[in-house]
Amino acid sequence: MSFLDRERTVAKPGFSRWMVPPAALCMHLCIGQAYAFSVFNLPMTKLLGISQSAPGDWKLTELGWIFSIAMLFLGASAALFGRWVEEGGPRKAMFTAGLCWTSGFVLSAIGVYTHQLWLIYVGYGVLGGIGLGIGYISPVSTLIKWFPDRPGMATGMAIMGFGGGAFIASPLSVWLMAKFSTPTHVGVAETFLTLGAIYLCFTWIGATIVRVPPANWLPEGYTPPVQAQKLITRNDVYVYDALKTPQFWLIWWVLCLNVTAGIGVLGQASAMSQEMFPGKVTVVAAAGFVGLISLFNMLGRFFWASTSDWIGRKNTYFCFFTIGTVLYILVPHTGATGSVALFVMCFVIIISMYGGGFSTVPAYLKDMFGTRYVGAIHGMLLTAWSAAGILGPVLINYIREYQIAHGVPKAQGYNVTMYIMAGLLVVGFICNALIRPVHERHHMKASDTRGVAATAKA
Amino acid sequence: MSNDNQGGTTTLKLVLAWGFVGIPLVWGVLQTLSNAMKLFQ
Repeated sequence: MSFLDRERTVAKPGFSRWMVPPAALCMHLCIGQAYAFSVFNLPMTKLLGISQSAPGDWKLTELGWIFSIAMLFLGASAALFGRWVEEGGPRKAMFTAGLCWTSGFVLSAIGVYTHQLWLIYVGYGVLGGIGLGIGYISPVSTLIKWFPDRPGMATGMAIMGFGGGAFIASPLSVWLMAKFSTPTHVGVAETFLTLGAIYLCFTWIGATIVRVPPANWLPEGYTPPVQAQKLITRNDVYVYDALKTPQFWLIWWVLCLNVTAGIGVLGQASAMSQEMFPGKVTVVAAAGFVGLISLFNMLGRFFWASTSDWIGRKNTYFCFFTIGTVLYILVPHTGATGSVALFVMCFVIIISMYGGGFSTVPAYLKDMFGTRYVGAIHGMLLTAWSAAGILGPVLINYIREYQIAHGVPKAQGYNVTMYIMAGLLVVGFICNALIRPVHERHHMKASDTRGVAATAKA
Repeated sequence: MSNDNQGGTTTLKLVLAWGFVGIPLVWGVLQTLSNAMKLFQ
């Protein structure tokens, strides 16, 4: 039996479940670096010219594909390897994710060193993207099993780490590049190698710490509700059967629409704040605004997911869609009245709910489909993130460009987009309202042996 | 099996595990906060 096998990760008596969130954070803090990848974009356009771009240097548009490929492979690998992650256990998954993530950095370093962009596409984009997908879902179902009394809070802690990873990676990468740079060298390759080594240590330490609870384990003092609650099932749905339910697709749209509304703003926050308040918001202040909304993105992940344990998942998403709609409608008025404070307040709340959407969804899936395959089902649901990653920026950028091309002043260029985002949230509200308990014909029977060999032991 | 801290998991292990992830996270948050303050200057 290998050290990585699920059987070797079953907790022994006396193991504290509070060791599992730091193990999950070891993974999510590392892969959260993806949100900070843009700090490398500008230095990588000057690898040959050093002080400025020279002929033959890579263009920003070419570099933009690295992140897009990584996001695409995040969704694809989470969907494809979800069942393997669920049945193989969290240690094997975290170990593999750490290996892929680090290999991505090493291959990218070679790409930078030899100035071969395709190596970075394959390294950070494909390998790193696979590491992202497997790493993102690997601790989720384990946390839900350890915290049946507070599943939202538990997954919120881990997914908060994904938002927080960028806070560490961004200043660390800038500092490392400054350390490694010379008058004839930018220092990106060395920074990639250093980050890769740090991330390998962190993810493998997380993989070593992580444990799964023994079968039928329950926290001390916790008694599961005797009667099933309306929207919290006590049954399990097999991973591929979940795809046949309307509930899966309704939650898919709930996540996709919630993310679409936030992701476009997240990418355009700096430009939007400056264009809506010309002369009032400077470049430096706009950078501060970006930092502030990133912070609320992280905090919202913990706050809303924890809140969902008290008010329920469906009500939490109702909050997102109702408050979000009102705030998006309010944003153009903040521009018209020149109220920067109100503008900032609107967006920090919107972004907190964007983050909250990510962290609340695993517990929503657990309520609908049970705990056995929640990790794998969550993996398949993350394709909604990939779709929103395309839809959100396209909506916000192209509608703004269309508006400006038709003579709308820059300060009002985002107004229509804000109303469209509000409209998307109304559709999300309807999807959420349509969610009902999964029909019992989809529930796994006691005689159902699918996946039993791997999961019944733990 | 208990969820509380006994036997297998000592308080020291818990502090080390949380410190291992908590210290870098707090450092990153403070860095971001100091940048975010520029919005109000």
